[in-house]
Amino acid sequence: MAPTPSDAQVVVIGAGIVGNSLAYQLALHGWKDIVLVDKGSLPNPGGSTGHASNFIFLVDHSKEMTDLTSDSVRQYEELGVFTRSGGIEVARTPERMEELKRRMASSISWGIDSQLLSSAEVTEMVPYVDPGVILGGFSTPGVGVVDSLRAGTLMREKATELGALTVMAGAEITGLDVVDGHMRGVRTTEGDVTAETVVIACGIWSPAIAAMAGASIPLTPAVHQMISVGPVPLFADTIGEIAYPIVRDMDTNMYERQHGGDLEIGSYAHRPILMEPDAIPSIEESALSPTELPFTQDDFDPQMEQALELIPSVLEDERVGIRYAINGLLSLTPDGMPILGETPEVEGLWSAAAIWIKEAPGIARAVAEWMTDGTPEIDVHGADIARFYDHQKTSFHVTSRSAEGFNKTYGIVHPLEQWSSNRNVRLSPCHEREQALGAVCYEAAGWERPYWYGVNEALLGDYGDAVMPREGEWESRWWSPVVNAEHLALRDRVGMVDLSAFAIFDVTGPGALAYLDGMVVSSMDVAVGRVVYTPALNEAGGIKADITIMRLDEERFRIVTGGGSGMADRKWFSDHLPADGSAQLFDATSALWTLGLWGPNARDVLGSITGDEVSNDAFRFAACRTIEMGPLRVLASRISYLGELGWELYVPIEQGVRLWDQVWDAGQAHGIVPVGIGTYAGTARLEKSYRAHGSELDLEHDLVEAGMARPHVKDADFIGRDAYLRQREAEPTRALCTLTLDDATSSRGIERYMMGGEPVLDPEGAPLTDSHGRRSYVTSAGSGPSVGAHLMMSYLPPELAVLGTRLQVEYFGERYPVTVAVTGATPLFDPDDARMKG
Amino acid sequence: MILVLIEHDTGVVESTSLQALTFARGLGEPLRGVAFGDGGARALEAAGAYGIEAGTHIRAQESHAPGAWAHAIADLAASTSSPAVVAAGTDRGHEILAHVGARASAPFVANCIAAERDGDAWNLARQRWGGSLLEDARVRGPLTLLTVALHAVAADAVPDAAAVAVDEIEPPFSEDDQRVRKTAFEATSTGAVSLGDARLVVGGGRGVGGAEGFVDLDALATTLGGTVGVSRAVTSAGWRPHAEQIGQTGERIAPDLYIACGISGASQHMVGCRGAKKLLVINTDADAPILARADYAVVGDLHQVVPAITTEVARRRTDDPPER
Amino acid sequence: MNVLVCVKRVPAPGSRIVVTDDALDIDTTHLGFTMSPHEECAVEEAVRQIEAHGGSSVVLTLGPEAAVEQLQHALAIGIDRAILLETDATGWDAIATADAIVEALRTEAANSTPFHLLLFGNEAADSGDYQVAVRVAHALGMPCVSGVKSLEVGDGTLVARRDVRGGAEVFTAPLPAVVAVKEGINLPRFPSVPGRLKARKKEIERRPQAAPTPRVETIRLRVPPEQRSEAEILGRGPDAAPAVVDLLEQLGIVER
Repeated sequence: MAPTPSDAQVVVIGAGIVGNSLAYQLALHGWKDIVLVDKGSLPNPGGSTGHASNFIFLVDHSKEMTDLTSDSVRQYEELGVFTRSGGIEVARTPERMEELKRRMASSISWGIDSQLLSSAEVTEMVPYVDPGVILGGFSTPGVGVVDSLRAGTLMREKATELGALTVMAGAEITGLDVVDGHMRGVRTTEGDVTAETVVIACGIWSPAIAAMAGASIPLTPAVHQMISVGPVPLFADTIGEIAYPIVRDMDTNMYERQHGGDLEIGSYAHRPILMEPDAIPSIEESALSPTELPFTQDDFDPQMEQALELIPSVLEDERVGIRYAINGLLSLTPDGMPILGETPEVEGLWSAAAIWIKEAPGIARAVAEWMTDGTPEIDVHGADIARFYDHQKTSFHVTSRSAEGFNKTYGIVHPLEQWSSNRNVRLSPCHEREQALGAVCYEAAGWERPYWYGVNEALLGDYGDAVMPREGEWESRWWSPVVNAEHLALRDRVGMVDLSAFAIFDVTGPGALAYLDGMVVSSMDVAVGRVVYTPALNEAGGIKADITIMRLDEERFRIVTGGGSGMADRKWFSDHLPADGSAQLFDATSALWTLGLWGPNARDVLGSITGDEVSNDAFRFAACRTIEMGPLRVLASRISYLGELGWELYVPIEQGVRLWDQVWDAGQAHGIVPVGIGTYAGTARLEKSYRAHGSELDLEHDLVEAGMARPHVKDADFIGRDAYLRQREAEPTRALCTLTLDDATSSRGIERYMMGGEPVLDPEGAPLTDSHGRRSYVTSAGSGPSVGAHLMMSYLPPELAVLGTRLQVEYFGERYPVTVAVTGATPLFDPDDARMKG
Repeated sequence: MILVLIEHDTGVVESTSLQALTFARGLGEPLRGVAFGDGGARALEAAGAYGIEAGTHIRAQESHAPGAWAHAIADLAASTSSPAVVAAGTDRGHEILAHVGARASAPFVANCIAAERDGDAWNLARQRWGGSLLEDARVRGPLTLLTVALHAVAADAVPDAAAVAVDEIEPPFSEDDQRVRKTAFEATSTGAVSLGDARLVVGGGRGVGGAEGFVDLDALATTLGGTVGVSRAVTSAGWRPHAEQIGQTGERIAPDLYIACGISGASQHMVGCRGAKKLLVINTDADAPILARADYAVVGDLHQVVPAITTEVARRRTDDPPER
Repeated sequence: MNVLVCVKRVPAPGSRIVVTDDALDIDTTHLGFTMSPHEECAVEEAVRQIEAHGGSSVVLTLGPEAAVEQLQHALAIGIDRAILLETDATGWDAIATADAIVEALRTEAANSTPFHLLLFGNEAADSGDYQVAVRVAHALGMPCVSGVKSLEVGDGTLVARRDVRGGAEVFTAPLPAVVAVKEGINLPRFPSVPGRLKARKKEIERRPQAAPTPRVETIRLRVPPEQRSEAEILGRGPDAAPAVVDLLEQLGIVER
C-alpha cells in the first residue's frame, strides 16, 4: 500500500461507485491531493455497489433524476462499460397501462426516446415473457447495463493519471476532526489525514460516519431481495452479458434481467426490511459482504410465483436452478431522494449518499461542480441535504417514511399523494379550529396544512360548474371541487388562510442591510415598513431562492420563504453571513404564526377588528406595520400570492388561536370562508401567473427566461449579479408562458385536466425544443376558476412565446389543444393588479 | 495404559501419528501403540522413539474395513482397561475411533489440541469449524476416545527411548465385522504428487477466471514439481475436480510453500492451508483478506505474474547463473 | 428403494466467527444458515439414487423450527418427505444426536417401509464430530462406510469408493447400509423455482424431542488468536518474477 498521505485537499470516504465517480470528477475539476478511503478491499469493498444488479432505466417522473441518469449513461459510455440492452416496463393491469402512458409523457418531456408496445410487441422483443399476462409495455431502447466495479476502477485510474488521487483501501474511518464547526481531518486505522473538505460517499455507512462529526445523513439501510437462476438454455448462445431487454414487471414490483447465462430476478415487493445503521456487520463477520445478507426465502416466495406467471418458459424448466439469492442492502431515504451537499452542521463536510448506480456519475459531476464553484449544471435542490428539518432527521421519521416509500419503488405515485406514516408532527395553533371545520390536511415540511375545508362543500351549490368538476380519475385523486369553490368565494368575498408552514428568519445588526443587499436581486435599501418580493441567485445566475423580505427597522429585516425550501434557504443565508458578526440570522419559524386574510372584503374585516387605519392611502400595497387587533399586537404585511387585497398577519404562535377567533368572528358579517392551500399555492397563483420555486424557478432557469427581469439592476453588488447582467444581454432561448386548455374533451368524451410535467407539442405533435435542445413541458398546472380555464405554465422557445400561439399538450396518451394566453408578467386575471393594489 | 493408534505405510509411521504420539505423551499415562497390517510391528518399534512403552500389532487382512479394526481396538481397550484411545485426526483415525465409540458406548472427541486428566474426567480443547473456532469441553467416563488435530502439535521424539515390547494378536473377526469389505485399491495415475504430500502447492481461486485460466498454474506447478490445488469456489463452479480442493471440506495441505493465486482467503479455504510453512500470495488486490496471513505477496494479475515466474525459473535453469 | 438423508442446520460464517456473550454458541445475528457441504451432497446423492432406482426419499434433521429452511431446501431439490426432530435445547452431542435419530428411525420402520440406504454427511461443518453416522449404523445393526466419494447401489449391495493417498479404496456392503459421504461425490443441483414452490406446500413432519443429557459437555467456545502477518511485498506485476524465484531458491524449492 502507498504510504498514507498526511494531508489532502479533499478526502472522499467510500470507494463504491459514488466515491470513485466523485474522486474522478473532482480531479477533472482541478482538485489536487484527493484521498479516497475505504475500509474494504478493491475493487469491491463490500458496499451496495458490489451486489447491484447494475441496470439503468432512463425515465423517471422527476426531471432532476432523469437528467442525472442521462448524464451518468453518457459517462459510462465514455468509459466503455455500458451495454445497451433496451428495457421494457410491462403492465399487468389497466391502471398500469395508464401509468405507462404517463411514463411516455415524461419521456417526451425529458427528451428520452421511448414508445408504448402491445403485449405481442413485448413478447417479440422478449420471447420468454408470457403475452397473456400483460397488457402492454413501455419500451426505452437506451436502457442498458453497466459494469459498475470496472467503471470505478477506471475512474480511479484516470484520477490517478491526472496526478490527483491517492487511494487508501483497507483503512477504516475511526473519527472525524471538527473544530468550531469546520472540517479539519479524518482519522483512520492506517493513519490520520488533515483535510478541510471531506465527502461522505459510503452508502449505508454514511449515517454512522456523519455522526462522528455531529452531522446527520438521514438514511436507513434496507433490504432488496434478488435471486439469480440458471443456466437458462435460451441464453446459452448469448455473447457478452445481455442480449434481451430488461423487463420491469411494475405491478409486482419486480425486475428480470439477463446476466450472461443466468436471469436475475429482483423484488421491491416484499415487506420493508430495514436495519439500524449501526447494526451492519463488519467485513470479517460477513459470509459474503456486509451488504449481502442471508436471503430470507419466505419473503420472496410470493414473488417467485409472480415471476413464474410472467416468464414460465424460463422458470418452469427444472434444470434452471436458483444459484444465488441475497438480501442486498441499499440505502433508503424518507423522501426517496438522494442526500447531497454540504451538511448544515459542519462546514466542509459533504454528503453524497443514497445514490443508485444509474445516477452516480451524473450526481458525482453535479456535486463536484457544487463543491468547486457552487453551481451545479443540473439543479439538485430536490436532493439537497439541507432540505431536512430536525424532526425529519429522527430515526422514527427515517424508518417510518423509508418503509412506506419502499413499496412505491415501482408504484404508481400520484404527484399529490400523501404519506400516511408519521403525520401530525407540526401542528398549527389553530389545528383544532381547522379540524372542526373539516380541514383535509396535506403535509408540508411536517406541517399539517388544510388543503381544503369540508365545511365549504356547502359552497358547491353556489358555484355550480364554475368549480370545474373533474371526471378523470387521476386528476380527481387528492383533489376536491371544494378547492375551486373556496377560490371563488375568496375572490368574491374574503378568505382566511393558515400559513403556518412559512419559514421565517429575522436578520438583525448594523450590517444587516449591506448583507441582505448582497444576497438578493432587489434593493433592500428601502424605507422601514416596506415589503420586498425578490429572488436570490447563485453565482451562475440560477434562481436559488424566491422570498419576501420585510424591513422592520433600520437594522432589522424579516425573510419569509416557503416551508419546502425553508431549511435550504436558511443554510444559504446563514453560510453567507458576514464573518465580522455585523449581521445575525435568527430562525423565528417556530416563534411566529401567520394568518392570511385576502379578498375584496379583507379591508372591511380587518378594519372591524383594529382601530388602526387600514385604508388604501394609509396602508399601501407592499407595506408592513404593527397594528393592534384587540389584545394582540400584530405585524400586518400587505402583499398577496393570490392577487387579492389583503394581509399576512404575524403573531407569536401562542396568540394564534386568539387571532384566528377574532378574524373568524369579525369575518362572519363579510362572508368569510376558511381557504386551503389548494387555492393559495395552486389555483389563485396560476391565475396570476405567479411562479413557484421548485416548479418554474430553480438553478437551471434565470430571471430573464422566467420573465422576472426588472427594468433596472441595482448598483449594489449581489450574488449572481454578473451572471444576471450577462443573461440580460444574451439572446433569450426560452420564455415562461401561461397556456390555457382550449378543449379538455378526451377521446372517451370526458374532460381531462393536466397535473404538470406533461410535454408541450407543436400542432403536428412534435416536441418543442429550444436552441439548447431543451424540451418544453408543463411546469405547473391547475384550475383557473375565475378565468374559466385550466391553466398551465411552460417555458417555450421565444418564437412560440407569442400570445395566441396554438400548441398541444400530451396527457395519458392523448393530445389536447392549448393556446399561449400569457407571456411575460402580465397575468390573465386582473392584469393591472387593481384588486390587489386598490 | 492409553492406547495410541499408529498409522503407517508398510512399516513407516505416518507423520500425523507421530504428532498424535507426541500429544499422547502429555496425558500422564504410559502408552501402548496399536498398529494393523503388514509392517505393523516395524512401525511399533519405530514409534518407540516417540514414547510408546508397548505395542500391539493386530494382524488383519487387506479386505478388512476400519469398522473391523475398531472391533479389535475396543476389545483391547476393554481387556487392558485403558482410560483412553488416541489417534491422529486423519480420516482413518476419525473413522476408527467413531466405530470404537459406537461399539463401546464411549464418547469420542475429534480434533483435540489439548487434554488434561481431571479425576475421572477429561478437560479437552478441540477444534470446531476446521479450526476456525475452539471448544473447551469436559467429558466423563471410563473410556474416552480422542483424535489429535493435524498440525496442532509438532512431532517430537523422546531423547532416550527404550525398546518397545511388541506383541501380536489375530482377533477373531466376526461375520458382522466383515460385512463391509475392501475389494480393491484403485491407484491413481502414477507420478502425480498428492496434494496432502506436496512440498509445493500452486493454488487457484475464483480470481483465475475460468477453467481455461488454470493453464498458467499447471505450467508453474509442473516446472516446480508441485501440485495444483483450488478453492471451493473453483470446484463449485465446475472448473476443476473436487479432488483438488483445499479446505475444510477438501484436502489439508502442509507444503513448504503455498503459492495462492487469485484466492480471497475465505476461512473455508484457509483452514485447509494452515499447515503450509510459507504462504506467497499473488493477487491484484493488495488488500485482499488473504494478505493478512501471507508471508510474501506479489501484487498483480496472476495471468501475467505466474507465467513470468515459470519463465524465470526456466531461464535460470538453462542460462548461466547471472553475475551477482 | 427407500433412502433417508440426515442433515444439520449450520450457520454460514464469514472470515471471522463471533461467539455469543455466554461463549456457548456462535453469534448468528448477521449470518445465514445452510446445511453442511457434505450433506448438500448427501441430499443430491439421495435424489440421484431415487432417480436411478425408484423409490422414495426422506430428509431428517434434528434442530429448531428454523431448520425447516434446510428441510425445504432438500424438498425443493427433490426429496419426498421431511421430518423435523424438533428441539430448542442445547447439549446435543454426537451420542445424543445419534440416539434421537435411531429412535426416530425405529418409529419410522414400525410405521412404514424401512430404509435401505441411510445417507449422512461425513462430518458436520460446525461440530466436526465424525461419528453420528457410525453410531446410528451400530445401533441399527447396519454396515457403515464413511468418507464416500462415489456410490453405486446394486441388487442388495452397494459399492462405495473413497479417496486415500495414492488412489481410491473400493468397499462393498450389503443393504441396508449407512453411508457417510463427502463433498465431491457429486455436484449438487440448485433448487428450481417450481421445486421451491412445491417444497413450500409440503408438510413437515414434526417430532418433539426431550432435552438431551450430553456426555461431552461444552464449557465454552473461543476464537483462536488471529494469525496475522505483515506480508513482504516482493514486487508488482510480472517484474516481480526474479524476486519470487530468489525466494524459491532460498526455500530450496528451486535449486540454485
